[in-house]
Amino acid sequence: MIPEIGVFALIMALLVAAVQATLPLAGAHWGVVSWMRIARPAAVLQGLFAWTAFGCLATSFLTGDFSVLYVAGNSHSELPAVYRFAAIWGGHEGSMLLWQCLLSAWTVGVALCSRQLPQPYVARVLSVMGMLSIGLLLFLLFLSNPFERLIPAAAQGRDLNPLLQDPGMILHPPLLYMGYVGFSVAFAFGIAALLSGELNAAWARWSRPWTLAAWSFLTLGILLGSAWAYYVLGWGGWWFWDPVENASFMPWLVGTALIHSLIVTDQRGAFRSWTVMLAIAAFSLSLLGTFLVRSGVLTSVHAFAVDPGRGLYILCFMVMVVGSSLLLFAIRAPGVGLGGWFALLSRESLLLVNNVLFSVAAMAVLIGTLYPLLLDVLNGGKISVGPPYFEAVFVPLMVPALVLMGIGPMVRWKRSAPVELRSQLRWAVGASGISALLLAWLLPRGTDATWTPLSAFGLLLAAWCVWSTLVQAAKRLSTAGTQGGSLRLRASRQPLSWWGMLLAHFGIGLFVFGVTLASGFETKRELTLSVGETVSVAGFDFRLDGVDEVPGPNYEAHRAHVQVLRDGEPFVALAPEKRRYRAQEMPLSQAAIDTGLLRDLFVALGDPVDDKTWSARIQVKPFMAWIWIGCVLMALGGLLALADRRYRVARRAPRTARAQRGDDAAARTAEAAS
Amino acid sequence: MTPRKRRLMFVLLGLAAVSVATALVLNALSGNVTFFFSPSQVQAGEAPRNAAFRLGGLVESGSVRRTAVGNSLDVHFIVTDGAHSVPVRYRGLLPDLFREGKGVVAAGRMSDGLTFVASEVLAKHDENYMPPEAAAALKEARKMHEEAVKK
Repeated sequence: MIPEIGVFALIMALLVAAVQATLPLAGAHWGVVSWMRIARPAAVLQGLFAWTAFGCLATSFLTGDFSVLYVAGNSHSELPAVYRFAAIWGGHEGSMLLWQCLLSAWTVGVALCSRQLPQPYVARVLSVMGMLSIGLLLFLLFLSNPFERLIPAAAQGRDLNPLLQDPGMILHPPLLYMGYVGFSVAFAFGIAALLSGELNAAWARWSRPWTLAAWSFLTLGILLGSAWAYYVLGWGGWWFWDPVENASFMPWLVGTALIHSLIVTDQRGAFRSWTVMLAIAAFSLSLLGTFLVRSGVLTSVHAFAVDPGRGLYILCFMVMVVGSSLLLFAIRAPGVGLGGWFALLSRESLLLVNNVLFSVAAMAVLIGTLYPLLLDVLNGGKISVGPPYFEAVFVPLMVPALVLMGIGPMVRWKRSAPVELRSQLRWAVGASGISALLLAWLLPRGTDATWTPLSAFGLLLAAWCVWSTLVQAAKRLSTAGTQGGSLRLRASRQPLSWWGMLLAHFGIGLFVFGVTLASGFETKRELTLSVGETVSVAGFDFRLDGVDEVPGPNYEAHRAHVQVLRDGEPFVALAPEKRRYRAQEMPLSQAAIDTGLLRDLFVALGDPVDDKTWSARIQVKPFMAWIWIGCVLMALGGLLALADRRYRVARRAPRTARAQRGDDAAARTAEAAS
Repeated sequence: MTPRKRRLMFVLLGLAAVSVATALVLNALSGNVTFFFSPSQVQAGEAPRNAAFRLGGLVESGSVRRTAVGNSLDVHFIVTDGAHSVPVRYRGLLPDLFREGKGVVAAGRMSDGLTFVASEVLAKHDENYMPPEAAAALKEARKMHEEAVKK
């Protein structure tokens, strides 16, 4: 019964979405207020229906209803409850339902938090989002129905892929999708602005908090996926330039360009058409990511079902979305003015360079990801484009971006005097040079570590990111000091968006630092380890004390007890496991990692050589945790920035403006009286 | 800057960025693309003699041998596409899903024209999963076999 309610809810959501997509748009076009008013309740109702469907699927999973095909394929009676819940998005159909539900959630968010926006604009935005919902819901109902029955019911489920039975996987897909789908808001805002023909600075301000939210979620989602690869895949790597990773990375790159370009459009009215273009591109790449991952074009842990019909549908949907929005862009963009004037050395032009670099980087990643697919389709042979390609293209593009990141915020809008800039730069350059040298001298290094020009440069770059951010902060807080007040007062007077930027840029510095050291100075060993044997890796002694057999809820495991010693003293005990999941007869290595601020100790088991000897992978990765810390700071920076009062004040803008005028009038009267 | 000058700057900047990016992409692609070959193609001499490539197929049943001398992680196995096979040598940990009779893709190069020395062995994440390259190699070999039978 419950799955049928789910299908019914999806059908209702589709009907409501059809109303939401058409009536308000028509109302906005012909100026019919009552039609426009339908947008908000329709959006909320559609959201309710979509989440009802989600609740139904969750119920089926939690009760273990194996008469539902999707549940039977992705769950098992022995599966722990939390993974039964996470299994909702462990397969194709459920993750598409999650996509739709998050789209509804964002739509409801826009409907509820848009009181300050003009009604026709909101009507258009919600209509565009309704159209996207229609596309998704049709797909769910006709090609990828998660509620499809299996008659007769299976006695037992096939279990969730063991690789996905991991805490990271509970959060990774929802966060990643929050990011992907969140760009639909920026997209809808841009399309609505194009539709209305009023592509002014206002729409940029309105879409900024939404874009920042989507970007922050995407950052966290990518971070979790990467962390998962680090401790579940058991190779000790954290980024493989795998096509699936690239699929989530491309929207991130364009999204990064977008949040910077929106600043210019918001503050100075410049780059208007370019910003809309980026909004369209960010969402299109999110769709492309979904297409690549879900259609089975790419094969990886994410490509569950290879169904050409589904791939074709998503491809058609993508072509329609991208094609129609580009057409609209082509019709409307030429009428858009260029915005404010600016000099060569100005914040505008530096942000433009940022945009160009990030877009080009996204393009390069796109080429590397699609080229093998294209060649295969054209029968040009099967090739693979490996990490060296991406590193060779990506690093040279990101280096100037990072250098400019330190300078950009110091430069003024419109025009900046080189003299003023020089005095600030002097401090930042000096401090980063000195601290890079100090670090190079002080840092603990693995035994394999050798200095390469690249790692030295990476260290300098990381120091530059950190110091330039600190110098900006010092400058701004001291300048504000001329208005008096304690440091705390001055700090509290700064807008949150500025603090958000500082935090994110600072996070990038830590990230670069972590990447440089973790990849440049790691020590890796693949070896055999007998019980009682000790091996020394990068100053740590790893001793295998024994291997137990441990039962898990739905697997059996061999658990090795590895005692790590430093200078003969016990340091930490690690217990890597080799699990065998019963339902799918699948082996899985669970690495044991001791995470520290200075280094990670990583032990993963391979195959047993004999009763007492196992093959193992041991790694010592310096400053690995800084990669994650850096990413978290970036995401927090984004979230902090979107909480800025500016975006909330804008809501009350008309009233404040009136009050201001009132004050002015009062002041004038007072002046006249005196 | 006048609007006209500014537009020129946009165009020039865009052109510069695109050309630099193109140069980077082409340069990187030319050096870092690895081609895929099936055991049949290797036997027919189509695979490069001195360059890295990827070899895919099934791990032949009963072919996996470990060198149990000392603490070595050396392993030997045979990759087959049903028609032809190529012996492979690898040193290191094998992935969790590496098993006899299952699909595998190995990256590496031929040494002495007979043995493929792998620097990396990939077996992906699902028991039913077959690396697409391995699947294609098997299909190709079967097709050739059928044609040969017809003749």
